[in-house]
Amino acid sequence: MRIGRAFLGLLALLAAQKVSTSRSSGSSGQGDVVDLVIVGVVLVLALISWYVTTWRVDGDTLQVASGLIRRNTVRVPLARVQAVDLVEPLLARILGLAEVRVRTAGGSGGDARLQYLKLEHAHSVRASLLAMAHGLPDSTPPPPERSLFRISNRRLVVSMALTGAAVGSLLPLAAVLSLLAAGVVTPAAIGLAGGTLLLDIFAVVSRMVRRVAEEWGFETAEAPDGLRIRSGFASRVAETIPYGRVQAVRMLEPLLWRPFGWCRLELHLAGAVHRGHDQPRSAIRRALLPVGSRAEAEWLIGRILPDHQVTLTPPPKRALVRAPFSYHFLAAGRNRSCAVSVSGRVRKLTEWVPLGKVQSIRYVQGPIERALDLASVQLDVAGRRTSVRWWHRAAPEADELIAALPAECQAARDHDSDLSRQATARVAAARLSGSPPSSPPQPTPAPLPELHPRVSRYPPTA
Amino acid sequence: MDPSRSGAGGDSWLSPSPRLLTMRRVEIAVATIVVALAVLVPVTSAAGVIPLIVYPALAIAGVIGEFIAGRRYRSWGYCERSRDLLVRRGVLMKRLTVVPYGRMQLVDVTAGAAERVFGLATIKLHTAASTTDARIPGLRPDEATRLRDQLAALGEAQAAGV
Repeated sequence: MRIGRAFLGLLALLAAQKVSTSRSSGSSGQGDVVDLVIVGVVLVLALISWYVTTWRVDGDTLQVASGLIRRNTVRVPLARVQAVDLVEPLLARILGLAEVRVRTAGGSGGDARLQYLKLEHAHSVRASLLAMAHGLPDSTPPPPERSLFRISNRRLVVSMALTGAAVGSLLPLAAVLSLLAAGVVTPAAIGLAGGTLLLDIFAVVSRMVRRVAEEWGFETAEAPDGLRIRSGFASRVAETIPYGRVQAVRMLEPLLWRPFGWCRLELHLAGAVHRGHDQPRSAIRRALLPVGSRAEAEWLIGRILPDHQVTLTPPPKRALVRAPFSYHFLAAGRNRSCAVSVSGRVRKLTEWVPLGKVQSIRYVQGPIERALDLASVQLDVAGRRTSVRWWHRAAPEADELIAALPAECQAARDHDSDLSRQATARVAAARLSGSPPSSPPQPTPAPLPELHPRVSRYPPTA
Repeated sequence: MDPSRSGAGGDSWLSPSPRLLTMRRVEIAVATIVVALAVLVPVTSAAGVIPLIVYPALAIAGVIGEFIAGRRYRSWGYCERSRDLLVRRGVLMKRLTVVPYGRMQLVDVTAGAAERVFGLATIKLHTAASTTDARIPGLRPDEATRLRDQLAALGEAQAAGV
């Protein structure tokens, strides 16, 4: 609710102004009236925008129309619906409302948003949209969820405080304070440096606070159509991540978390195509497990990438000459369905990329590498900065990789297209025949791992 | 030893038009002359050994530049296979990029100022990954058009979902 945020800001501003004017002598009645009028105008605008937004389902399409002066209509073919999420921004949550966000696969125009419905109504709308998208009758209940994990907020805050950024900005502060206390430096001498230090700390702290607020009360659940994630402190978001949309999985293990055995899982997802149409598709990063144990992370990875066990190999010994500082932490490997690479000294980073999601493959050989008979191979994935790399491998191994990988990725891509074609055909057949589609045989769900006693777990739903 | 030279089993590598080499040589010659003119006044007014060092050094730099330009031109190559496109380049830093047709999202044909003078064009391939760096400079216009249409058709036919 963009107007909502502006509204709150306006209220805060007016309140501050009120406080300051009432302290000085004689508040002016006229100023009060003007303030009230402004507040009233903003409220009316918000109400109009809410009133004017209409939506309906027209055969196979969902149409959402918004805007009073410039009418903006979004048409979403129901067959292309990937996920239906519920978002509750702070103001809407206070009023008991929610927004239904429909995410589509491919196409332009981003998401269709239905703002704002009563919470129960939003739930039922979501259920019927999901049913229609899968070719089932309207009244089908939403797919059942199996709750998995819930991250304790205390663990979240502690883990955030133990990140490198936090420690890195607090150390200078501690140093300065101790110098001040010891009387070595006078406050006047700190001067400008102190100001920038404070700004820097403020930036780091506000980023941390924002992250904690986004990931507060993080709950993960599993449904047949993907993973469900609920999180948020002020605004609550319930999001579905379809398995097929995952481009890469990253696991981060910062140095300060290792005594606790914690790690962080992030997913790279395919983003919507930008409206500009000539921009390549972007990628979004979503935290799947903000902080959790290795066992929990392994289990989650197993759900997303069923075949993720890969034997990792290190580069040959002579790569030490080329990369003396990072050599000991490099490893990579692949199997038929995904590729994995490990790197990072202070912050260990493990990246999994399903071979079917590879965008391009690159072979690079610098002058030092050529002298040492080494080469590197990279697999690129949607977005920036994400790739699986075989750093500084023996040249024959790199040759073998670049010769074999294109065919393997193609095979994985063809396999994925077959699966999605079958799924689409099932849904289309269901629509024609009017009966629910037959679902592929579901593998029996794996048992949940042993959780740390502090992590609470819901009783599993039926 | 490295696949960019072996041709990976009977693939035929095409290279950009020789006009690209001419264009690069002209660029280097122009740059050398400009630098020579720029230092003309300070050098001739300086005493002693400096004029004897600077101009020969410039000449040697120009010759080395021409040599490097020739090596770099010969290192550019592209190969159209049945399901992907290979692009290789680089002398010191050898690179080979494989882009599957099904992953190509955008095929860009551009011509900079110098390229326009020599009647050449550059093709750039974009995928969903921003780190994909496949580009082929110095193509003749008809070859550029053919390649672009070919890539667009193959990309359409083999498009894979994201």
